[in-house]
Amino acid sequence: MSASERCEVTNWQTDFDHTAPEYAADAPAIWEGLRETCPVAHSDRFGGTWLPTRHEEISAIAHDTEHFSSRGVIVSVFEPDIPAPVGYAPPITSDPPFHEVARRLLLPAFSPKAIRPIEAPTRAFCSQLIDQILAQQDSTGVVDAAELYAQHIPVRVIAHMLGVPAEDGDRFRGFIHRILERAGQNEEPVPPEETMVFYILEQIALRRGAPSDDLIGFLLDAEIDGVPLTDEHVLGTIALILLAGIDTTWSAIGASIWHLAQNPDQTARLIAEPELMPFAVEEMLRAFAPVTMARKVAKDVDLGGSRLHEGDWVLLPFPAANRDPEFFESPNEVILDRQKNRHAAFGLGIHRCLGSNLARMELTVALQEWLARVPEFELADPEAVLWSTGQVRGPRKLPIRILASNAASTGKETL
Amino acid sequence: MRITYNREACQGHNRCYLLAPELFDVDDEGYAVLLISDEVPEELLAKAQLAVDNCPEYAISMTQSMPESGSPT
Repeated sequence: MSASERCEVTNWQTDFDHTAPEYAADAPAIWEGLRETCPVAHSDRFGGTWLPTRHEEISAIAHDTEHFSSRGVIVSVFEPDIPAPVGYAPPITSDPPFHEVARRLLLPAFSPKAIRPIEAPTRAFCSQLIDQILAQQDSTGVVDAAELYAQHIPVRVIAHMLGVPAEDGDRFRGFIHRILERAGQNEEPVPPEETMVFYILEQIALRRGAPSDDLIGFLLDAEIDGVPLTDEHVLGTIALILLAGIDTTWSAIGASIWHLAQNPDQTARLIAEPELMPFAVEEMLRAFAPVTMARKVAKDVDLGGSRLHEGDWVLLPFPAANRDPEFFESPNEVILDRQKNRHAAFGLGIHRCLGSNLARMELTVALQEWLARVPEFELADPEAVLWSTGQVRGPRKLPIRILASNAASTGKETL
Repeated sequence: MRITYNREACQGHNRCYLLAPELFDVDDEGYAVLLISDEVPEELLAKAQLAVDNCPEYAISMTQSMPESGSPT
């Protein structure tokens, strides 16, 4: 069934559809309504899917790998085809005990200290993007901050980490659109040479026999208990790094700019008090967490008064947990210096986002550079803001009007 | 006050390391390493509280130091 044939949702308690445009546009209000009336909602769509909206149940699921398997993390009419415990994109699709082995392999590359050297070139790249935006803007001062700014930053950073040409970014965005934004929706068949798998296998082939010091090269050299990783493992992990690090961070950057565009007093405060930035970044992540994960029920289990059956899908809307009034004071308010903020934007439990330090760095740098150069801006047309559908939520169209800008870019070495 | 850190609960969110680098380091895999086993110095109490209040996994807590009082007989 194509998107245009989708049945309209009339009851969010019994028939929710997280891929519907109205969910994308208004998710926080939908979660709030469900939390009060039906905190673990069910829908027959996608073969049977549950949607918890309270922090308590979302945290419980994330910490319970016995009843909830990660072999499927994107809700779809298709069944995940590689079984637990490895799954199709280790370690995100892996369950214990294999999960820890696959994850530990990658952790050092994404630790805070490993990320630090990428910060300066990311900053220079952001600055360069703003140079282009300011040079291109017409007399209206209206630019799309999602299309011209937010989306380019993680694409370039991930390309750098994987060690592939920077200009391959446009292809990444195509993969993401097909695989994540339109997951489970039949589209025109994709020519084999345009698929992500083809692209990754091509990159692997380039490195066979020609060692490289990038992440792809690292995975090709890596061993588990003295045995090289299987081709499926390398392919799945590269696919994961490529897909998971892009529209997520792009969404967080865009949503933060969307918020600040509507709150000039907070923008001014952040510029005047730069020491607030670490708190503000976590607060943006809390309020506008982009990522909803999913699980497959591995064993029948009771949750919030409902019986979940083996094989059911369960959405894990971390953004809904982040807005739970039982867990956060004034959850719908953005408090730049919020002192108690145990947000779950990067998930909870053993699958905590591997790239969280990278994402945090990118969001921080993207906002710092933006505010330094574009200290005053507003939404040009609130109705024209378009939020992505699916399990990663963020603005894909974000027309803003630049009201004041500063020239001068530093011209440092970029990514 | 003393800090208690539960390595089993830590999932490497790194919030403590960012908020209180005087009290927490991170290892090569990104898990927290508690740098202090004694009383938290007065001037770092506020940072210690931030580390407690921002850990998504409740892996950090602060406890009132008990006066040395020998084990019950």
